[in-house]
Amino acid sequence: MPGKLKAKIVAGRHLPVMDRASDLTDAFVEVKFGNTTFKTDVFPKSLNPQWNSEWFKFEVDDEDLQDEPLQITVLDHDTYSANDAIGKVYIDIDPLLSCEAATVISGWFPIYDTIHGIRGEINVLVKVDLFNDLNRFRQSSCGVKFFCTTSIPRCYRVALVHGFVEELVVNEDPEYQWIDRIRTPRASNEARQRLISLMSGELQRKIGLKVLEMGGNAVVGYLQCFDLEGESGLVVRAIGTACTLDKLSPGTAPNTTTHTNTHTLPNTAPASNACNSPSKDSKEPVFSEDPPHPLSGPPTPLRTLPSSSPPPFSPSKPCSRQSSSSDTDLSLTPRIGMGSGGSVGKEAGPLKTLLRQHTQSALEQREFPIFTLTCFPPGFLVHVGGVVSTRSVKLLDRIHNPDEPETRDAWWEEIRQEIKSHAKALGCHAVVGYSESTSICEEVCILSASGTAAMLNPRFMREGCLDTGGSDHRLSRQPHPGMVGSERGEGEVSSTWLGFEDASPPSCGFVHIPYDEFNMPFPAQLTYCYHCRRQKVPDVLFTTIDLPAEAEVTGKGCLIQARLCRTKKKAQGEVNATSISNLLPFMEYELHTQLMNKLKLRSMNALFGLRIQISVGENMLLGLASATGVYLSALPAPGGIQIAGKTPSDLSYDQHISTMQKRIDDTIAKNKELYNIHPPKLFTLDPEAFTGLNTECIEEVVGSPIPDRQRSSRLFRSTSESSDELSELDLSHGKKDAFVLEIDDTDAVEDIQSLLTDAPIPAGFYSCNTEVMPGIYNWTSGLQMFTSVRVYRLSNANLTNQGLNKIFTDLCENLLKSLYFKLRSMIPCCLCHLNFTVAVPEEELIQVAVTAVAMSFDKETQQAADKALTRGSGENEEQLQFSMELCGESTISNNQPTAKPSGVPESAMVHSSRVSSSERCSPLPEGRSRSLRSTRSLPCGAPVTVVKMTPLSFLPGTRIVKYLGIINMFFIRETTSLREEGGVSGFLHSFIAEVFAMVRAHVAALGGNALVSYSMKECVFMENPNKNQAQCLINVSGDAVIFIRESDQEAIPPLLSSRQTSSTGADGTT
Amino acid sequence: MSMELDVFVGNTTIMDMEVYQLWLDGLTVSDAVKVRMDEGALLECEANAEVLTSDTMDQFRTFQMCERLLHSPTKLGSQLLYQIPAQNQRILIERYYEFDSVFAREVLGKKLSKGTKKDLDDISCKTGITLKSCRRQFDNFKRVFKVVEELKGPLVENIQRHFLLSDTLARDYAAIVFFANSRFETGKRKLQYLSFQDFAFCAGQLISYWTVGAVDVWEPNDPDMDVDLEKEFLHELKDLKVLVNDKDMMDQHKILVCAALRGKIKVYKLMEVNFKNLSRALINLASKLTHTKDVRDLFIDLVEKFIEPCRYDRWTVAEITLFLTHYTNAAHCLGTFRYQMIWDRYMGVIKSCILQMYHE
Repeated sequence: MPGKLKAKIVAGRHLPVMDRASDLTDAFVEVKFGNTTFKTDVFPKSLNPQWNSEWFKFEVDDEDLQDEPLQITVLDHDTYSANDAIGKVYIDIDPLLSCEAATVISGWFPIYDTIHGIRGEINVLVKVDLFNDLNRFRQSSCGVKFFCTTSIPRCYRVALVHGFVEELVVNEDPEYQWIDRIRTPRASNEARQRLISLMSGELQRKIGLKVLEMGGNAVVGYLQCFDLEGESGLVVRAIGTACTLDKLSPGTAPNTTTHTNTHTLPNTAPASNACNSPSKDSKEPVFSEDPPHPLSGPPTPLRTLPSSSPPPFSPSKPCSRQSSSSDTDLSLTPRIGMGSGGSVGKEAGPLKTLLRQHTQSALEQREFPIFTLTCFPPGFLVHVGGVVSTRSVKLLDRIHNPDEPETRDAWWEEIRQEIKSHAKALGCHAVVGYSESTSICEEVCILSASGTAAMLNPRFMREGCLDTGGSDHRLSRQPHPGMVGSERGEGEVSSTWLGFEDASPPSCGFVHIPYDEFNMPFPAQLTYCYHCRRQKVPDVLFTTIDLPAEAEVTGKGCLIQARLCRTKKKAQGEVNATSISNLLPFMEYELHTQLMNKLKLRSMNALFGLRIQISVGENMLLGLASATGVYLSALPAPGGIQIAGKTPSDLSYDQHISTMQKRIDDTIAKNKELYNIHPPKLFTLDPEAFTGLNTECIEEVVGSPIPDRQRSSRLFRSTSESSDELSELDLSHGKKDAFVLEIDDTDAVEDIQSLLTDAPIPAGFYSCNTEVMPGIYNWTSGLQMFTSVRVYRLSNANLTNQGLNKIFTDLCENLLKSLYFKLRSMIPCCLCHLNFTVAVPEEELIQVAVTAVAMSFDKETQQAADKALTRGSGENEEQLQFSMELCGESTISNNQPTAKPSGVPESAMVHSSRVSSSERCSPLPEGRSRSLRSTRSLPCGAPVTVVKMTPLSFLPGTRIVKYLGIINMFFIRETTSLREEGGVSGFLHSFIAEVFAMVRAHVAALGGNALVSYSMKECVFMENPNKNQAQCLINVSGDAVIFIRESDQEAIPPLLSSRQTSSTGADGTT
Repeated sequence: MSMELDVFVGNTTIMDMEVYQLWLDGLTVSDAVKVRMDEGALLECEANAEVLTSDTMDQFRTFQMCERLLHSPTKLGSQLLYQIPAQNQRILIERYYEFDSVFAREVLGKKLSKGTKKDLDDISCKTGITLKSCRRQFDNFKRVFKVVEELKGPLVENIQRHFLLSDTLARDYAAIVFFANSRFETGKRKLQYLSFQDFAFCAGQLISYWTVGAVDVWEPNDPDMDVDLEKEFLHELKDLKVLVNDKDMMDQHKILVCAALRGKIKVYKLMEVNFKNLSRALINLASKLTHTKDVRDLFIDLVEKFIEPCRYDRWTVAEITLFLTHYTNAAHCLGTFRYQMIWDRYMGVIKSCILQMYHE
């Protein structure tokens, strides 16, 4: 009996009129927890009742405290007939169970009814007295903190990262139970809301238990999803990263940054060995990882794709690694539910022993070395390999035994195994930036997972001294003792890690290839790193993570989207599943090609935050890939795009081609200007110069062992000699490539057209889907989070793929245009974390939902920052020169005249620059930074607390001082008077506004003034205009926090190395 | 292909005040889009017609959803549904309650009941204001009237407290409420030349000097202190009759006024001739005000009995000012005249009303 829950109902206001005769309401309140219910007195004839009730006390198990929500129902007393319900409030009391989160819930909550929406507000006070329970076998996990944020929360430091936690619970969907036929829509909706609330609570509790077992105290990057499987049930699943977090005391916060990593604890992770990754059948290497030697699988055109594109990189060190061909199999065929899966991939059996040793550190012992984090503490991320992803098509059937949801578990397990083996194929022992998703249409379900293969610093996983991981053998192989800022140095003496390496993580280390140069898992162009020139890097890098703090970026980034629509025949069951899985690889390929072309067109060489969504409908599949393109200074400059005609004889045709070529070249030049991409000459070739060079080598196919199969492919890789400069630097391996588009069919023309028709972003706007935009630092406090939803009806049933593509592309482009227009008052501004979700709710309907935050920045100071950036990179050059000297390279041709030597330790600069930048952001004094105490809403007419919401993990110009707990809410809204509510748009508009209002109210009641890492994970909209009905389900989540404006007393050193500030990972402590 | 659904919801509700004005003016979405295009909205942010239509529809929907809250502006501040910065809340409310004086002029003094609503069509045709906008303005009048009608205390303050309006706007509403309550005649052809501002000014004078609240400190039990004229005062006005009934007094009065004005006004001759008529007009007006009917006719009487004769004789405003000033002051010098207080209270208001209503 370890808890006492107390609730007090204070007052109500703005209640609806329930008695037409008197225009008043006789309201009373029922307070329910578990099976216990209390009632207040009736407060007669008032729309603003003052109940001022006693404290209702519930004595309950902490298990129940975690699972159950507190249910508050407001009713209208009716003497003669049944009491009418006005509406309900569900309060999740989980935040009260952790001593570090909120201590009391107090405030005005909107009273919500699933049919009528918000109907007035109620003021409630809730407290919990927890008794300590030392029972080892307890089923509760009170006190484990949950964070939606996918980085280390701001006022904590990470002592240990335990790894992946997942759980899944299943139930019957009340909407599909027999009883639903006889109960009212309201009762049915409420049953559903209650059930999902219960299931979320249970899920969270179970995950908490796993975390406690692992020895952790928190879950970071907690991602919970619902699968509404219809007849076959309701699945609530969650993944996250278990960590041990230490709270930073406010005083120490700023300066502890660099030491956070030195703490290590015994690894308590379960040691299940998963080395033998049974990647039996089809895996689906997404972009970057197509292996050169297809072991099986249809000779798809896809294969060439990787040759031109992708990926990863790694330090060249483990030369001795003997790898056979990679073990990723190429078959891009997705797994099919029935086991009739497409091709059989083969496990690369002889997975290099060395590699195994190398990875057999802490990570290897985990079942799933998978992390949901997208931002990392400094030094955590060693190398990044590239994107790994898997899709699997399943047929849903009824879940027979909800208590043992084995099938669903097994499905995800398979997927994670595949992800893991893909990562291995890339020479990586871990996957970061991992996420899972589903798309369901009738009985077909596509399960998707993706992440970024990476090498991590094992120090964070287990005790440092035991580490025998990569750094060691790296060390032995390449002892360059003097190198600063290279990961090689760290391994030398493990003790040096603690202070030294952390202080200055190499800014280019993460782009170095983790796989073996001579046995690459797929063909890629390697060059020496343009930053340190010691290690090999790939020509292009795709990742799902945020831009690492230390990454050096040239210019600004931008949102890059690939969109695709594919029709498919209507079918049932297995046939349907098969046809879908046959389509998937083509879609992935096309999306990838689009991404690559668009990336080149912007003269960029890396994608971050890549998210590919494939949605299934009855007669079509939608694919949408979004990512933020940047120019990583450490990677080679991208070549241009070359158009080649197939039939050279025709003069007019040639002309056509040269016109197109010109347009493309112009666009590239324009984009370079737009995104300010002017890489220092020392490191890069002028791509234009390049184009001239390589025109003759177009047909030369390099790096692809399978030229013959490329018949249908239009992508080739051409090479040319690198410039003199490069050879002087002994970078002769650096091959330049231009992308060649061969126009031999209408498809290609379409492609090029679509490439060029992406509307340019209006002046003053930037956009990205990562946390922040590289190149912008001086955010003001101007902030606008928004959600926009559009549904298009395709009137013409017989559309071709091209026609559909066009429509879909226009839909997305127009949506973006509308957003820019709507937010024009915030210019200059950047739309951050643009998150698109597509769905096919019905035949011939396409739904696109976008959630993002617009943040304005200060143009004046931006220029100063740009200058500082120059200075910063000069600073960086210093370091670089040092290492170059060691290597006997020339150091002089540095074109940064402002470079100045500095004795300031880098870490200090990192911190200071961040502070100062945020400082400058706060000159707009907002009246709302009132003291925390006063943000509590009082029963009287105190002003409503302003609650900011953002999908980012931070608010510019502020410091998060406390995390109050996770907000995870699920709402259903239904109407039977659609026209009267303003049609579908009016209905959805008010529902979304209501959801925002309820989220804000809960945050305010916890004492918070912002919700960070907000996301709308589900927005399912169904309508039946003929019956004048519509229904919508929305699931939102985020972290409630208290923030304060940066105060003036903090250090205001000059803006150095501003690039550091762009990343959120840099300041786990700020 | 058609857009089935298109919504945009910000955590902070985005409101474009220019579009708000178009909405308030009762434009349809397509008309509003046209206006915006003409105003050059397409030049911003590389917008196209589609973007503009989408934005306009969205804004109109937002305003429509907020309209319910604007009906009781105090709720706007405490509601949780829309997060609107305080500054914007003020603008929203103020603009929502702003009205066209042409429209207000038409409705002034009429009963704010449903019956009148049918006349809105006519007013809309006559004024060129859209019917939708007329409805909103009329409903606003009615709403404010209904709320403050029941309330005690100073009218303007009540309006400000319940509708959070600016001082100027609250005073205008007070005028409208006052006129609607007393049902002053404003519609006669002879009154057509008067604008809403003229009447609003007069209403302000009446409220300030002739109501209960004008003299007394407000007490909780006083009913309708600002809405109704003070009965006692109106009754006492009968006493002023002595100024015309007592011949000596009247002559004396005339002499005093003439002495003061001689050589100072061009219309002196005419004034001298007409003095008794003018004086009688003003005094009779005062003595009749005990009857509701005559109170209603206050303005028409002023025009017919005083303003028109003066205009006929081509008095200038300055001359009228001078005349009324001395006419008022001279009464103080009449040894037998005992009603100085009432005289001043009466003449002060009459004088400023006449001056406001006298258009040369």
